[in-house]
Amino acid sequence: MILRGKKVIALGDRDGVPGGAIEECVKSAGAEVIFSVSECFV
Amino acid sequence: MDSAVVRDTSYALVHAPSLLVHMGTTQTVEREANPDSEYLRNITSHLRSYESCVAYPPNQTYIGNMTPVELAAIERPWFERPVENARRYSAAGQIMPEDEFYAWMKIVDSFNLVLLEDSFTSDVAKRMAESSPIWQDGDAARLGAGVPAEEISKHLDGGKASAKAEPLYLGDRLVGCVKAAHERDRALTAHVMTENLAVKASGVVALRHLIARGSVSAADVDYIIECSEEACGDMNQRGGGNFAKAVGEMAGCVNATGSDVRGFCAAPAHSMVMAASLVQAGVYRNVVVLAGGATAKLGMNGRDHAKKGMPLLEDVLGAFAILVSANDGVSPVIRTDAVGRHKIGSGSSPQAVMTSIVLDPLERVGLRISDVQRYSAEMQNPEITESAGAGDVPKSNMKMIAALAVKKGEIERTAIDSFVGEHGLVGFAPTQGHIPSGVPSIGFLRDEIMAGRMERAQIIGKGSLFLGRMTNLFDGVSFLLEANPGKPTAPDGAEDRLRKIMADALREVAKSLTDDEGGASECQIRQGRS
Repeated sequence: MILRGKKVIALGDRDGVPGGAIEECVKSAGAEVIFSVSECFV
Repeated sequence: MDSAVVRDTSYALVHAPSLLVHMGTTQTVEREANPDSEYLRNITSHLRSYESCVAYPPNQTYIGNMTPVELAAIERPWFERPVENARRYSAAGQIMPEDEFYAWMKIVDSFNLVLLEDSFTSDVAKRMAESSPIWQDGDAARLGAGVPAEEISKHLDGGKASAKAEPLYLGDRLVGCVKAAHERDRALTAHVMTENLAVKASGVVALRHLIARGSVSAADVDYIIECSEEACGDMNQRGGGNFAKAVGEMAGCVNATGSDVRGFCAAPAHSMVMAASLVQAGVYRNVVVLAGGATAKLGMNGRDHAKKGMPLLEDVLGAFAILVSANDGVSPVIRTDAVGRHKIGSGSSPQAVMTSIVLDPLERVGLRISDVQRYSAEMQNPEITESAGAGDVPKSNMKMIAALAVKKGEIERTAIDSFVGEHGLVGFAPTQGHIPSGVPSIGFLRDEIMAGRMERAQIIGKGSLFLGRMTNLFDGVSFLLEANPGKPTAPDGAEDRLRKIMADALREVAKSLTDDEGGASECQIRQGRS
């Protein structure tokens, strides 16, 4: 998937990949993060 | 400085299906937003009996009647495989029925906020006095005789909404209520008081079980650290505290003081590190780390469980108490030189998180990831979380630890699954936030280390700080539990120095005795003063 120029909503998980980490990854691939959050499911 | 040890543990659960219906936030929010929902209409058909709750394999594991290894050998779904001849009590604690728990809420109620119906009270009091191993002199008086049903109804009807009492049900039967502690203070509403009294009562149950085990007397407890997730206080200091001292008071810990530590689900791991540090520094000899359970989290994933036709498995409050003591030369030591922490600047990638919590502390003391026989990270029961789409939390954490071991060249990529199986533990704790956070395994791990079946374990707690909306950070803390080397350790050369001081002192005494008359007289005077 090419992320450059795409808008991204990042939904992260504390015990998986947190929102902040997803955000950094997709930004480095040229995407724009319009919303990022980490959730706790336990 | 000598190491602190984990001297003893206790674990308790409270079966609380009615509190689930009336106090769990999934249910209370649903009742506000969608009072006629199918979930609420059918919720009681998904509740388990007390007997089913006791026979549930993860619950038997939590109180120590089974080991996590034995649990892992049972095929899932566990709720369809009840343990035969399951016991309410274990050497470490119990699974308490809801009616007795209401009595405990009344026993620990210092402000006459809990009203229980008189016939209910007399039935429960009789049973508890006859059979409860943690029943003490004075409990009957604190429980009292109860009140007529009309008095309970009076507190539930009319009056200001903020001052309305919270009902206590057993199924459909109204058996009591908890009154608001203030007419206008939103930190002291009946709902908040019910939550806090449940934390206190379950914490007292765990502490009394710990003391009943005999490793420490109540009077010898010096300090208590309470690490649950609720806050007690009034509108001027909503989280002022102090659950710790309130719990200790109800267990006869007359020489203890204490404080509350908060850090979401990571609080127990933080508290263990603090307890070990206090003991190791010589400030206190016996510190108890304990927590009661969260009514808010009862039935948290209930909608998903009901949709899948499962029983509502989150129907228990969890509690534990862990005694951290000065080195007895036998119990497993807590290595404060190998504490892991997710720092503010650690970063949030899984690799950064696990490096800071798991790898950094091990490398600091010259250990490899595979030198730790067992990791206890977030011990949530996967049967509860997988059905709600949250996966197997302890397994996810273990996979990340195994991946780190691959990266360090300790194991092959193909060995990840076997590493997870050999070094991890299956989750068995209820999703009570702080309760699953690494510490439920300490009883089992202590037994294994004491029996010589393993040398060390790493306990890991993680906390979702972002839920408080003060930061986007989360948290993680770890510590090592290790076999006791056999005798209290002294810093290099300390023993020799001590011997020399003693020898010098004895020589001086001998000299004074054989010296001239003045010297002998001085010695006699000193002896006389002492």
